[in-house]
Amino acid sequence: METDNLKWRDAVTRSARGIRRRVLEHTVKNNGGYLSQACSSAEIFSTLYLKVLNLGPVDGPIKPPKFPGVPGAGNKSYKTGAEFHGEKAPDRDRLYLSPSQYSLVLYAALIEAGRMDEAGLDEFNRDGGVVEMIGAEHSPGMEIMTGSLGQGISQAAGIAMGRKLKGEQGRTVVFLSDGEFQIGQTWEAFQAMAWHGLSNILVYADINGYQCDGKMLSVMNIEPLHSRLEAFGMRVFRIDGHDIDSLAECGAKPADGRPTVVLCDTDPCRGMEFLRPRGPKYHYVRFTSPEERALYEKAILEI
Amino acid sequence: MKILSRVHAKNLVEWARERPEALVLSADLTSSTEIDLFRDAYPDRFLSMGIAEQNMLSFAGGIAREGFLPLVHTFAVFIYRRAYDQIAMSVAYPNLPVKMFGFLPGITTPGGATHQALEDISVMRSLPNMTVLETGDATDVLTVLDAAVSIPGPVYVRMLRGEIPELFDEKNPLLPGKARVISRGTDITLLSSGICTEEAMRASRALAACGVSIEHLHITTLKPFDDPETIASIAKADRGVITMENHTITGGLGTIVAETIAERGLGRKLVRLGLRDTFAHGASLPYLKKEYGLDAMSLVKAVESILEASFDITEKDLADIYLAPVHSEAKAEAL
Repeated sequence: METDNLKWRDAVTRSARGIRRRVLEHTVKNNGGYLSQACSSAEIFSTLYLKVLNLGPVDGPIKPPKFPGVPGAGNKSYKTGAEFHGEKAPDRDRLYLSPSQYSLVLYAALIEAGRMDEAGLDEFNRDGGVVEMIGAEHSPGMEIMTGSLGQGISQAAGIAMGRKLKGEQGRTVVFLSDGEFQIGQTWEAFQAMAWHGLSNILVYADINGYQCDGKMLSVMNIEPLHSRLEAFGMRVFRIDGHDIDSLAECGAKPADGRPTVVLCDTDPCRGMEFLRPRGPKYHYVRFTSPEERALYEKAILEI
Repeated sequence: MKILSRVHAKNLVEWARERPEALVLSADLTSSTEIDLFRDAYPDRFLSMGIAEQNMLSFAGGIAREGFLPLVHTFAVFIYRRAYDQIAMSVAYPNLPVKMFGFLPGITTPGGATHQALEDISVMRSLPNMTVLETGDATDVLTVLDAAVSIPGPVYVRMLRGEIPELFDEKNPLLPGKARVISRGTDITLLSSGICTEEAMRASRALAACGVSIEHLHITTLKPFDDPETIASIAKADRGVITMENHTITGGLGTIVAETIAERGLGRKLVRLGLRDTFAHGASLPYLKKEYGLDAMSLVKAVESILEASFDITEKDLADIYLAPVHSEAKAEAL
């Protein structure tokens, strides 16, 4: 048992490091990327994929396909990126990424989890591919339209309602970003989740405190989040989002009749101290000089 | 004329009996959109979503992905105006079988600008994968469920409620992509939709008595607009085409027909009756019809202008239509 514990911790820690390294490498190579999202959420994604989620297995890392076209009556060969999460089953979990601005992190996490081919990341933002910058439902690990923020949680609630009506035991897990708590639809969704007793929903929210314009407290306050969510009928845990034991523990708790929200306090520069001087503009990193890029490149070796 | 009451309310209960996948979603307008009997009959399949339309539409997309058939009911304005991004991304893009029933289309409500869906067809038909249907009588309302479900993707339906005239025989269901032929003629092709058809029938009867030959079609599928019979009828209209809709002429039936005439090179004169780039206000239906040119007399004048003739038709000559009382047992409130 102790060895098992060591094993998953090792695997999760290795994956989190791998996510940061891959996203940094990618950012240096492409002169831009969503770095702070990798810093804040690497442990969340790693713990979800390697410890919390009960997903179907895949036959080795999947190579991202070509863009299948948009869904419609005339598109018979259309498919979503759900295959990266294995076959669906009533007792299996589902994972939905709501802020698809985190797609780069999700792709890196899929590689670390052995679900996506390593070379798939080279397809990022490439014309005619599915490894899109802000992923859509055809992108690896995605199967619903998110990224128009606030819609992911509502769609997941509908899916959880459907699964509840069918008597399925699997959970519907949603990755949410803190900026989404500024959106009315998010609260409409929580209200509906409580009203319809969707205790089969488990939300992990990355509370890194930053959004596109900068520090959230300079844009719009969302706190006190814990009590707001509790007042909406959620079971809430607020944890250190880099603490993999806490992340795993929250994902192992049996349902108590309420939807569960895990608020993960995180650091947008975690593991990349050199990022800190860019604050408060962390949303998207683009290098301002060759020197800065060289500094970041050097840092890859240190991760 | 036969008047039927609460057609959808009663029909939906029967219709859903053998369809366990059908779920009804309500946004606090349960009696007002005639889903109260469904709620009472199948409480487990009735999902109360509160006054929260954005969540309701994304939620509907989610539940459709699990194999259910969500039937979203609220006032038309609260579907397309409040939740457009949600419809576009959570429903239309993934081409999910979410059926949206928009009540109080156009000026059918005295609720004023906030409650009047004047540009819903224009907005909804511009969404890829979306089908747009409109009901104009009790038979349309009775049979539009089958029509909507026979279409694989998302469908937006302009729905009528309360006391509704029966213009078409119950044995002739609303068929997607197929206009209803009311009269055959050669001078003018008249295309009407929704509540305008009843009004148009009065005018066309009076005009026929004056020797005008009108081919009158009732349009129920606004998108896609490809009914060969309708297109042939437009093409052969000797003097011109008239559209009549309970909607702004920008983007609705009038625009659809204009696009059809232009793209197919049919070269027919077109007169569009409908709201002319204006919001409306709260008043009775007969008053608003007259004010915005959606009454039988407006149609008579349009025909006179096309034919450059005068028929001396008076209001008296236009046979009585049924006017549902503002306060009626068939409605939950005066809206």
